[in-house]
Amino acid sequence: MAEPILQVRGLVKHYPLTQGIVFRKQIGAVKAVDGVDFELAAGETLGIVGESGCGKSTVAKMLVNLEKPTAGEIAYKGEDVTRLSGRALKAVRRNIQMVFQDPYTSLNPRMTVGDIIGEPYEIHPEVAPKGDRRRKVQDLLDVVGLNPEYINRYPHQFSGGQRQRIGIARGLALRPEIIVADEPVSALDVSVQAQVINLMDRLQTEFDLSYVFIAHDLSIVRHISDRVGVMYLGRIVEIGRDAEIYDHPTHPYTQALLSAVPVPDPEAREHRERIILFGDVPSPANIPSGCRFRTRCWKAKERCALEVPLLAVPAEFRHEAAGPAAHDSACHFAEEKQVVPPEEPQEESKKESPAEPVDKIQDEPTDDVK
Amino acid sequence: MLLEVRDLHVEFRTRDGVAKAVNGVSYSVDEGETLAVLGESGSGKSVTAQAIMGILDTPPGKITAGEILFQGEDLLKFKEEERRKVRGAQMAMIFQDALSSLNPVLSVGAQLGEMFTVHQGMSRKAAKAKAIELMERVRIPAAAARVGDYPHQFSGGMRQRIMIAMALALEPDLIIADEPTTALDVTVQAQVMDLLAELQRELNMGLILITHDLGVVADVADRIAVMYAGRIVESAPVHDIYKAPAHPYTKGLLESIPRLDQKGKELYAIKGLPPNLMHIPPGCAFNPRCPLAQDVCRTDVPPLYEVTEAGTDRVSACHFWRECLHG
Repeated sequence: MAEPILQVRGLVKHYPLTQGIVFRKQIGAVKAVDGVDFELAAGETLGIVGESGCGKSTVAKMLVNLEKPTAGEIAYKGEDVTRLSGRALKAVRRNIQMVFQDPYTSLNPRMTVGDIIGEPYEIHPEVAPKGDRRRKVQDLLDVVGLNPEYINRYPHQFSGGQRQRIGIARGLALRPEIIVADEPVSALDVSVQAQVINLMDRLQTEFDLSYVFIAHDLSIVRHISDRVGVMYLGRIVEIGRDAEIYDHPTHPYTQALLSAVPVPDPEAREHRERIILFGDVPSPANIPSGCRFRTRCWKAKERCALEVPLLAVPAEFRHEAAGPAAHDSACHFAEEKQVVPPEEPQEESKKESPAEPVDKIQDEPTDDVK
Repeated sequence: MLLEVRDLHVEFRTRDGVAKAVNGVSYSVDEGETLAVLGESGSGKSVTAQAIMGILDTPPGKITAGEILFQGEDLLKFKEEERRKVRGAQMAMIFQDALSSLNPVLSVGAQLGEMFTVHQGMSRKAAKAKAIELMERVRIPAAAARVGDYPHQFSGGMRQRIMIAMALALEPDLIIADEPTTALDVTVQAQVMDLLAELQRELNMGLILITHDLGVVADVADRIAVMYAGRIVESAPVHDIYKAPAHPYTKGLLESIPRLDQKGKELYAIKGLPPNLMHIPPGCAFNPRCPLAQDVCRTDVPPLYEVTEAGTDRVSACHFWRECLHG
């Protein structure tokens, strides 16, 4: 792999739970992100998948400095961003931009499209001198496939897919090197999703971008990503190249996730083995000891409650012949499992985005808390 | 036939004009059958369901034509009081968002029990016992202890189970599920869909599953009706439609699913946007986005042609369904 442009080490975000009004004392913490490591190479797309509440959006926010990590480091070209402040921080933030999930709420309804896309230039005036901005904004509209004459329109005059293009144009305005996209297509209709994905693909080549692409739709993540990380309860449980994760998953959670995705092929109904997990994801305020997946895992043994499995290539796959199964997986009992029979090459296919953003149900209590 | 919708038309009169949400929809469901109604936002799939249930907001909505035959009787001719007796007891609906469909200030036990006190005049005590029974049936752990809990105390998957329990309470003949798993995570979605399918088999109910997810449809449906701009554009048994779609819109939807062999290539995308319901294009509503469109498509509304190849009992609203099937 090329020199990583972004290196994340031991990233942690805990939100304190307090009791009392005058004498506040901390009684616990919601461990939204609890030790995440990954690297992003220049020009690469890293997909991060996971269910609601797994911390993937919190990771995204920390990458663009919208949340301060509790611990850990985010190194951009070797420099720890979490320690920077003032001018140095501002310079780095220019290079890491974000595209948000919901194109309806992430654009200010009272600003014209021109003002929305041009706003980054107010904060970083060195990128575009004042007289030049209008032209730059029109160029950006053109780049994302919108009519440059729309510059004076308001967000409500656009459809969902067009709005997401505006959000992407805003993310591109400062010519960043990294774009963090948090569920960029999940609020869009199926026929429009493909258009936006194609646009993002084209922009990556055109502007030499690196993407961190966060989504819960496994088939879209596979399509766009070079490497994929699977998150569960604040940690990455398995990470590797897309084919390693999708065709040779070794972590039971990844296997269950892949097998649960509905396949758009009615013929697959009969000869498909589905792993149906019990129960719900435990609350991040009350994470199980040892392996955090053990409460829903069908393979859990005593050791899983005592020992936290590390994210590394499992011992049984460290020999040469292991092939694609030899990738990082945080399980004591990792084993390869063909989730779908081989005559079905598109097992990871389609789960379309919900009309309702899934992240909304993120903070609900689960039965385990009660 | 359990339910038969015939040539249903629904409009919404708004300040900006008349939005034609449903323009002549016909479909039918039999006992024990699962019909998936597939479509994007604004295709009219939910409005049709609301018209069947009799929960359409009128005004602004208005059913301008059509019949809804339920066990042979036209529901649209019923008085409101008679409809209320049908609703809940003979047909029930499961909504997408359980949190906003349940009453946040009543315990789930009270909401489930209400079905029995209102429809069957049961005592509150008996209704509570029934509520616990229902919660056990949809496999909510420790049902007896949780019957007094409020909706916010349950997780998303559990709440959706409660919605299912409520719909099943009076053992209706027809269930309409409007995007029942869209707000849920994949692993929970699998649990909920399995449960729904099992209960349907057990009670031999007709199920109308409204969704935009081609994966879920392939998993559970017997038949599919694809909707676009308020019309059915294609309807067929599930196996046939996935094998060989006979309408360019269905074909486009199926092709826009990322597949393995497309990795690194451009995804197929249906060009353009769904139409504004106030200005539906003349002729075939899909013609501005269609790769097969000819002059006739811009002038003549295609009828539902019977598709005589690649399966039986299927229709397509495309002048060029043959070309679509083979091309």
